[in-house]
Amino acid sequence: MAFAAFSTSTSAPEPAPRRKSPIALLLLLPGILYLVLFFLAPLVSLLLTSFQAPSEFGDVGQYSYAFRWENYVDVVAAYWPHIMRSFGYALIATVLALVFSYPLAYFIGVKARPWPLLQSLMLVLVIAPFFISFLLRTLAWKQLLSDESFVITSLKALSVLGPDAHFTGTPFAVIFGLTYNFIPFMTLPLYTTLERLDLRYLEAGSDLYARPFDVFRKITIPLSMPGIVAGTLLTFIPAAGDYINASRDFLGGPDTQMIGNVIEANFLVLQNYPAAAALSIILMSVILVMVSVYVKRSGTEELL
Amino acid sequence: MSSGEFASAGADLELVGIQKRFPGFTAIEHLDLKIPAGSFFALLGPSGCGKTTTLRLVAGLEEPTNGRILIGGTDVTHQKSFQRPVNTVFQSYALFPHMTVLENVAFGLRRRRIDDPVAKAHEALRLVELDHLASRRPQQLSGGQQQRVALARAIVNRPALLLLDEPLGALDLKLRRQMQLELKTIQEEVGLTFLHVTHDQEEAMTMADTVAVMNKGRIEQMGAPEELYELPRTAFVANFLGQSNLFTGPVVGSTSEAISVDVAGQKIVVPAARAHRHTGEVTIGVRPEKLTLHVTEPVGDVARNTMGPGRVIDVSFSGVSTQYLVEVPGIGTLIVFAQNMAFGPVAHEGSEVWMSWNIEHGFGLEDDASAEPRFEADDTTRSIATQKRSSLLTELEGA
Repeated sequence: MAFAAFSTSTSAPEPAPRRKSPIALLLLLPGILYLVLFFLAPLVSLLLTSFQAPSEFGDVGQYSYAFRWENYVDVVAAYWPHIMRSFGYALIATVLALVFSYPLAYFIGVKARPWPLLQSLMLVLVIAPFFISFLLRTLAWKQLLSDESFVITSLKALSVLGPDAHFTGTPFAVIFGLTYNFIPFMTLPLYTTLERLDLRYLEAGSDLYARPFDVFRKITIPLSMPGIVAGTLLTFIPAAGDYINASRDFLGGPDTQMIGNVIEANFLVLQNYPAAAALSIILMSVILVMVSVYVKRSGTEELL
Repeated sequence: MSSGEFASAGADLELVGIQKRFPGFTAIEHLDLKIPAGSFFALLGPSGCGKTTTLRLVAGLEEPTNGRILIGGTDVTHQKSFQRPVNTVFQSYALFPHMTVLENVAFGLRRRRIDDPVAKAHEALRLVELDHLASRRPQQLSGGQQQRVALARAIVNRPALLLLDEPLGALDLKLRRQMQLELKTIQEEVGLTFLHVTHDQEEAMTMADTVAVMNKGRIEQMGAPEELYELPRTAFVANFLGQSNLFTGPVVGSTSEAISVDVAGQKIVVPAARAHRHTGEVTIGVRPEKLTLHVTEPVGDVARNTMGPGRVIDVSFSGVSTQYLVEVPGIGTLIVFAQNMAFGPVAHEGSEVWMSWNIEHGFGLEDDASAEPRFEADDTTRSIATQKRSSLLTELEGA
């Protein structure tokens, strides 16, 4: 039928025609310049460095441009335990942060809705650690968890811990530090989605014979998926590259070194710039692949 | 309710001495209500009268402060909403945005582990003529389509009791008639009990077998739609359900058959059986379409009440009928609906007219007539603005 040509019910509305205004381009310029100068250029430089070969007659730490792809093979062969450990620790810390943050964010964003003052107060408490430097807070935990600390000695005195137990330098301490440091990054995005959660959906679920657990599993979780994705990304990505918590100066030990510590050591101590650059590129690529698979799989495009 | 099977028939609903208080106000004062199985019951009232709270109490989304709720003879007062054999069509639809239309409809079936939920969901969608959109997301549908999905999502479960919270508000007239018919058909097929909450008197009257008019947390009057319309008991019902011409005056004579009331010097007769008060100051009324307009003074007829002369202050022609506003000195403004039997209006603005109606059509209210003056002309700018505002608010709330 010719009339079908006039029906618009099925087609999505056309996007408004874009106007190319010179002012818009002008306003974009500083941002583009910034990105080129401080992101694109270093990235290219990093990529080039990762293929450098040692200078034939140079000192330690002198390299010249080449296409030495063996750098990648070498660093993977040398540091694969660190790479695996990094992602393992980051994954565990992310899951733990999610487990701790979800109830907290749910309480602030949903249960505390009738009391806005309580909501704001709790949010301030979540953000409060940011008022103190990340390094200082981690050092404070080192003090608290060290063998001579009040906490550990009293736990030992109470025989909760064995006489030889110690925390600092163990994977437990590193994961603990990562979890602790990234909890606010998990809680805040979760809070923003849960705060907007329409409780009428939960009522509808309950009306449709869903038990409280099913309502949570089938409705609350899927509807808060944007917050979960944002929070896990904000935690996982920096945690995978973190080199403070795992550092020997903080909560880590020789057996807990993460990829960040290796990169730091290669850049600053060993002056093996190509190795450090190759590791950085590997870290970046693996994170990029993992994140894109994750975002794709979680299917949050429609809710975002 | 037991999982894996449908309710075999509707169940009756009984509310016993229900009271619901929220911090700061009482939504429901005292409510006793019995809805027999298989009936289509409408709870009608203005916004804020407690009708939605009643619905939420029955659905299990609120707990009553006092009183008991029984469904099919079982006390469900302390049951959670997922345990009750009740489904609701929410006013906001509350369709899950993260599921397709089909999954929305199948949700309840899956939770109760009913066999073949997908086929049953498709069947329910066919009933509301939306099966072709089964794979869409709710937000891709129009308001009317969403409402039909919400309806399908509830009826697919064949609950013993179906609660409808203004479910047909966003539908156009044709679809609305169609859905009304569908609802009636489903009801006859399965014998579901319907509890329908609305502020739209037309919707309530066309669909329900029994209508309860609710005001300020109480039921003012309950009965069949015709009964409520022809014999309202209170001024609130008389004015909320259609329009009424109400008059106040003392009873000057009464026989076993009729009472006569003196309204500003004019004697009006009302059948005693249709009047709730037989002595003292009373309020009586008559529906606007029962009035006949005369351009000359009618000759006395014992079977009819006459009123006039009055002056026509407004004429509005609406095709089928014409509405006249007639100002009668000492009484106030009367509304007359006249069928357009002749071409165009029979009286014009400013002309002098009389009105008459069959004595049998009058009714006497139960309200205390002295409680509030009912016939002060309320046409100041401020009151018009207030009325306009409250009607807009009602509309917005309904939207």
